Amino acid sequence: MTGEAIVVAFRRRQRWAVLGLALVAAVTLGSAVVAQFDFLDGAAAFPKAFAWMAANFVPDARAWHNFPNILTRLGETVVVSIMATTVAALVSFLLALLGSRTTRFHPAASAVVRAVASLGRNIPVVAWAMIFLLAFGQTFLTGFLALFIESMGFLTRSYLETVDEASAAPVEALRAAGTPWAPLVAHAVVPSVLPALASWMLFMLETNIRSATLVGLLTGTGIGFLFDLYYKSLNYPSAALTTLAIVVAVLLLEGLSNVLRRSIL
Amino acid sequence: MTGTVPRKPWSRSSVILGLVFFVFAAVTLGGFVLLDTKGIDVGAAFAQTGKDLVTLFLHPAATHFTVLEAVGGVAFTLALGLLTTVFGAVPAVVGGLLAARNLGPAWLSLVLRAFVSLIRAVPTVLWVLIFAIGAGLGSVAAVVGMTFHSFGYLLKAYSEAFEEVDQGTIEALRASGASWTSVIAQAAIPGSLPSLLSWTFLRFEINFTTAVAMGAAAGAGGVGFDLFMAAGYYFNLREVGAITWAILIVAAGLELGATRLHEANRRSGGAA
Amino acid sequence: MGPYPRDAEVSLGPPVSNLLEIHNLSKDYRGTAALTDVSLTVKKGEFVAVIGRSGAGKSTLLRCINRMVEPSSGRIVFDGQDMLLATRRGLRSLRTRIGMVFQHYNLVPRLTVAENVLHGRLGFKSSWAGLLGLYSVSEKRRAWELLVQLGLEAQVHQRCDLLSGGQKQRVGIARALIQDPRLILCDEPIASLDPGSAKVIMDHLRRIAGESGITIVINLHQVDVAAKYADRIVGIREGRIEYDGSPKKLNKKVVQQIYGSQSDDLLVGELAE
Repeated sequence: MTGEAIVVAFRRRQRWAVLGLALVAAVTLGSAVVAQFDFLDGAAAFPKAFAWMAANFVPDARAWHNFPNILTRLGETVVVSIMATTVAALVSFLLALLGSRTTRFHPAASAVVRAVASLGRNIPVVAWAMIFLLAFGQTFLTGFLALFIESMGFLTRSYLETVDEASAAPVEALRAAGTPWAPLVAHAVVPSVLPALASWMLFMLETNIRSATLVGLLTGTGIGFLFDLYYKSLNYPSAALTTLAIVVAVLLLEGLSNVLRRSIL
Repeated sequence: MTGTVPRKPWSRSSVILGLVFFVFAAVTLGGFVLLDTKGIDVGAAFAQTGKDLVTLFLHPAATHFTVLEAVGGVAFTLALGLLTTVFGAVPAVVGGLLAARNLGPAWLSLVLRAFVSLIRAVPTVLWVLIFAIGAGLGSVAAVVGMTFHSFGYLLKAYSEAFEEVDQGTIEALRASGASWTSVIAQAAIPGSLPSLLSWTFLRFEINFTTAVAMGAAAGAGGVGFDLFMAAGYYFNLREVGAITWAILIVAAGLELGATRLHEANRRSGGAA
Repeated sequence: MGPYPRDAEVSLGPPVSNLLEIHNLSKDYRGTAALTDVSLTVKKGEFVAVIGRSGAGKSTLLRCINRMVEPSSGRIVFDGQDMLLATRRGLRSLRTRIGMVFQHYNLVPRLTVAENVLHGRLGFKSSWAGLLGLYSVSEKRRAWELLVQLGLEAQVHQRCDLLSGGQKQRVGIARALIQDPRLILCDEPIASLDPGSAKVIMDHLRRIAGESGITIVINLHQVDVAAKYADRIVGIREGRIEYDGSPKKLNKKVVQQIYGSQSDDLLVGELAE
């Protein structure tokens, strides 16, 4: 490259960088207009909120009085999250076995399985929650089903990837040795993917606990319901304690999950 | 030589694996047995839901808004998602650089990651509601509240992208006396740009669905709010169907784009 | 009778001296011809090495034999049976008589040596017995015998991901042998091994061919190894057979014809000039 060409190349790169940043700025401003977002309000919100939180978002005696109730609700939420994760893992694993290009159950199966999973993933959990709310009311089933569908959507995709990648080699070997479909899956696929299955389940559980709060809020179940109750009745100290309980639960779970995932793999 | 394969001994990781599955299964069964269905007829509820889903997916129709208004709602929600993504990404670049273990001190990386863990432990909807106390229910509370998780997710993703940059390039520049800003601007960022972009787009897709949720649960407006009204106020299943279809198409489209980008980036070896 | 007195022997007809006949085999992948009009006959007990550069079609040829890759046209007759006319169940049955050894070993990493070796018997069982992993006493004895033969008895309960490359390949060979196969297909089995381990593997394969009369077809990219171990060399270039004959007749000119290269340093070791 001649000296002149290098200068030109660099200048071109600089121009692209500037263009890129200008584009981002333009899109941001445009979005702010469409969303009716006020930058000044946005900036001011931070100090305002943190100042307010320091003063009001702190648990008081009344909040601690509610603690047993909070704990029970939290426990219920965790249990429902575990249930949704487990059932979803089972269903997703079966779907992944059917739809994987490695196991080759049926040529059309892959497309069908991916479409079903996409429905679960791309229809937000709130939509599912509202749909199930209509028939199942304020029981744990509403939250369970909504979380189940969302988890199934996510886990199916993850499991498909895992099955395709992790088991391709041993499946090839056992297929070449004349192994029928079911033993092939049992001996080449399952042992290869079992640790990943468990690892994804733990990951999904972490996600579900967070989604469960949202779902609970909308459907009047679990810990989300409690937060909503305190929030709407302006009982901010209790809302704060609820939040604290959720944070501790999530952090404990994350820690446990990390340790387990490392020992499994 | 006569002899046969002896019995297989237990291994530690297998035991833990088995335990994990067992606990999940036990809690699940226990939950189904002990949790309260409050007297509703579960079978009938499933049948009802089945019928609802058919109406929803196969007979969508909108009564409370026109097509134009629907497009506007989707645009509104997309805009919320976009703002959240930008506001999360910009500080995340800085944070990611500081948290990358090949660019900064190890303790800083740990501190930042712990900080992010803390932020992400509070569910997004709670962040939004907390900010709504001061800023009112609306775009500001929604965007600011959603930005916390957006920032946390991207910080982790970006720091991993920076860590994947060819260490040799960085070493060479440092050895020749280049300052940190030079190293970052000339090696770290250009080297990881494709990764950064693909992660950002992935997060944008997540932020869109989150914005829908905030519209439904925290009064942020947009299609999420329309959904909430149609389902919880008007009880109009066909309208719920129409809105769900709109969300599905946009979200699936974004996901397709994001995964294609992510896959292409991964296949070409990630950080260039 | 094989080492499994209780298992039903799969009936493959009267023994034929041509174990494998390939007639006019062709394979196209979306317009590119991987194999064109390949014909080859392998007698029982032969040790055939297939050589050629990467992408010449060696792997495709091997995988067409047991129909892991579907041929586009041609005929393949294994032990008197037409492979391409076989039903799904028939094909599985034929495959149990063909062992396969892979470049990347293709083991289940988390499982032990013993478990991986016994997998070779799954093709002989019903779906239920296979699903539950019910191996007979004679199968387990046979597995042990093979492990001793291949020097792996100390690793019997080791997880395969903790083994060296050479050890993994020996597990792969044991898994193929426990099928009591008539033919073993080896796809570049030593490509990922250091020269020491590679020699161990090749020595085992030659011993197996000599002792039990199992026919071996092996893909190699090292010409000198092929010349040293094989009874017969098949050279493939761009999907066609370029040479089919004794290793003694392999000279520099023939090798250059197969590999299409002018370079002198393709040849290592003693070969007729």
